[in-house]
Amino acid sequence: MTEFRDLGPIDCDLHPPTPRMAELLPYLDPHWREVMLSRGIDGLELASYPPGSPLSARPEWRGPGGRPGGDLALIQREVLDRWGTRRAILNCLHGSMAMFSEDMAAALARAVNDWIASEWLDRDARLAASILVAARSPELAVAEIERRAEDARFVQVLLLAGSELPLGRRGHWPIYAAAERFSLPVGIHAGSAFHQPMTSVGWPSYVVEDYVSQATGFQHQLLSLIGEGVFTRFPRLKVVLIESGVTWLPGFLWRANKEWRALRPEVPWVDRSPIEIVREHVRLTLQPFDSPPDASALAAVIGQLGSDDLLLFSSDFPHWQWDGEDILPKALPEVLRSRIALDNPRQTYPRLGVRLGKECVS
Amino acid sequence: MTRHVVAPSAEIAPGSRKLVNVAGRSIGIFNLGGEFFALLNRCPHQGGSLCLGEQVGLVLSEEPGQYCYSRPREMLRCPWHGWEFDIRTGQSWCDPKRMRTKSYPVTVEPGEALVKGPYQADIFPVSIEADYVVIDL
Amino acid sequence: MSGAVLERSRTDAARLGMVDCDIHPMLRSERALFPYLARRWRDELETFGLRTRNPFVGSFAFPKATPALSRRDSWPPAGGPPGSDLSFMRAQYLDPYGIETGILQTLIPSGKDQRNPAFGAALCAALNDWQIAEWTEPEPRLKAAITIPAEDAEASVAEIERSAPKSDFVSIFLTTRTAEPLGRKRYWPIFAAAERTGLALGIHTGGSNGLPMTPGGWPSFYFEEHMANAFAMQPLLASLVLEGVFEAFPKLRVVLIEGGFAWAPALAWRLDKHWARMRPEVPHVRHPPSFYIRRQVWFATQPVEEPPDRADLRTLIDWIGWERLVFASDYPHWDMDDPQRAFKLALSDGETQAVFRDNARLAYRLP
Ligand code: FES
Repeated sequence: MTEFRDLGPIDCDLHPPTPRMAELLPYLDPHWREVMLSRGIDGLELASYPPGSPLSARPEWRGPGGRPGGDLALIQREVLDRWGTRRAILNCLHGSMAMFSEDMAAALARAVNDWIASEWLDRDARLAASILVAARSPELAVAEIERRAEDARFVQVLLLAGSELPLGRRGHWPIYAAAERFSLPVGIHAGSAFHQPMTSVGWPSYVVEDYVSQATGFQHQLLSLIGEGVFTRFPRLKVVLIESGVTWLPGFLWRANKEWRALRPEVPWVDRSPIEIVREHVRLTLQPFDSPPDASALAAVIGQLGSDDLLLFSSDFPHWQWDGEDILPKALPEVLRSRIALDNPRQTYPRLGVRLGKECVS
Repeated sequence: MTRHVVAPSAEIAPGSRKLVNVAGRSIGIFNLGGEFFALLNRCPHQGGSLCLGEQVGLVLSEEPGQYCYSRPREMLRCPWHGWEFDIRTGQSWCDPKRMRTKSYPVTVEPGEALVKGPYQADIFPVSIEADYVVIDL
Repeated sequence: MSGAVLERSRTDAARLGMVDCDIHPMLRSERALFPYLARRWRDELETFGLRTRNPFVGSFAFPKATPALSRRDSWPPAGGPPGSDLSFMRAQYLDPYGIETGILQTLIPSGKDQRNPAFGAALCAALNDWQIAEWTEPEPRLKAAITIPAEDAEASVAEIERSAPKSDFVSIFLTTRTAEPLGRKRYWPIFAAAERTGLALGIHTGGSNGLPMTPGGWPSFYFEEHMANAFAMQPLLASLVLEGVFEAFPKLRVVLIEGGFAWAPALAWRLDKHWARMRPEVPHVRHPPSFYIRRQVWFATQPVEEPPDRADLRTLIDWIGWERLVFASDYPHWDMDDPQRAFKLALSDGETQAVFRDNARLAYRLP
């Protein structure tokens, strides 16, 4: 069995530390720099990931003051070098995604993207990143996608599972049109803008409850994308569900298929079973993998996914999703390991430009 | 295969339908603009009385927001879970290969031909002046 | 193991004495409640009508798939809406399927969701009296669930205490979409009353809390709303577990109704995984979440899961536990399940007895 690191995997989800305002100031234009300073705006970590929470960072993956994610050296040591990572996609979970003011959100997103480019991508060629956008304003979001798309190291557009409006809604479509045009998958990441609770049954009490409910958030969003016909309208669009938990998918698809059979005339543009649509258009990052307790159940769930194409390797650094060296769910079939590590990410993110020579196919 | 005379054709006007019992089977006879179709009145999903379902048109779409309406009254929606079946074929729209209700060949025959047999028309007398719906079972 | 295919065993099912955990009776008209309402509330009903957190006076926020959200062959020939005619319910459903016990859940009108809380409480009491007088007394096969104004725990407990002595009530009826997640302390007096009276807690899909139907806002289509109903069960169950409801009320019996069940194993795995990591936040949850679910939660089957590969259904139930599923039809609604044909699976006699009868007897403490 090939060592996982020898495959040279592509890590599709890891998180740099959320930049503080002082770090972003050089990347803001004079007006916004003044606004941030004179209004004392800072502390824009997303509330879905309280920095001290065990889930937000493994103990050894914290920087000074316990800051999740530390710095580039830590990422290199703990992830890139350790796992032989060929390429890695940074998803910066910055609060610009949850900002009510569209203009401020866009200014911050721009600053974060530029910060990522200079402070991270320029310093390690293995790194790539997602583009942050002001999702409340598709117009501004598209402008940012267009501005950043020239740089091939930006390989995805990032949105939150806890959005303000369901992501399939037509208002978001300019974002998808731009993403499709530039071969950028749309990554939907766990987390909420908290413009409403993370559940339809009210505001939960606990962080863990919110986090568990992220999985249902993904289910709603996926159904919205299907039901609104996003994949009919944008046939080349790929959507990546990042940090979704994965194992809810088979049950979701059975139900979606059943709903479609009964209610198809309401959404006649859904011209195929949701199962087929998802196989073609949707991918999921590996961690966290809400794994059943035993290997045979795990094999059954993997079988129920019904395709080897769906999963993309991710470490989810620095989130504490796995211990020790268990970066992959136990008992993952050997063939699937290389698909997940390399083939699937490569096909999902064409902008990474990863070509496989013979040496990589093991 | 036995041929059954199930109704005078005038009794099932274009756009209408009739439920008949033939050899212990409940069968729906549909007249779509002068063409007749016969379907087993049992939904392959969970057994709802399919032929009592609403007759609706077929709505298709090339892109979201577009509703292309065609073939009014030619689709049958099961009265239970609403799955759509094409009256012309008995096939389910969403899973035509695996999910279909039995459909039977239907012809319209003049009464004159029928009195000679070999037809089953136990329920009513056949007159040579009228036309009849005949299904093969 | 006989391997009998349930589709073919109509007579066996009749002999089995099936329990159906979800049947919906309906008022012939709102006026049918008048005999059970005080003058003050009759006037309220006539003058202002039912008011929930919905945009329309006489319709649902998301128009349903069928009139009265019912299967099209369920309109009683003698008139009235589906579910409003006991003799037709007998003829169309109870008799031919051999239902030995059917548990009524009155969804509409909802006393739970009324914006005027006092009116809501009066409606709940009236509906409970109506269920007894017009359904369970004339038809002993039918049992009922006590409908309560859940947002007002005090009034709910009063209604539970008033109604529980009538043996025709076998559960307390709640819906998924409460104002706050159901595990929160404001609802605990209801759970205490359930434990005290020995009644099961039947939590049925539905309710209007005014919150968006999804954590990403309001969707567009009934296609989404209908499925979102099932999604609501997941955070609801997470809330019950993580708030410590099962720890505080170890004898509470919860039946989740009309949410399906394919989501249950993945949710339990997810809960166990993240609970283990986040224990410092929820120290009151002493056992892995799956422990409580397996001990105190039953899943009603409808709408039954239909994986394209039928073997997956068996695997799924193996994961949940054959002792945790209770059959529900949802008659007369359009998305109901036929007791004989819904399960596309060959069940052994033991499995049939468990799912269609014995598990429900335990969950509801039926005689
Ligand atoms: S029984 Fe006909 S659609 Fe289900």
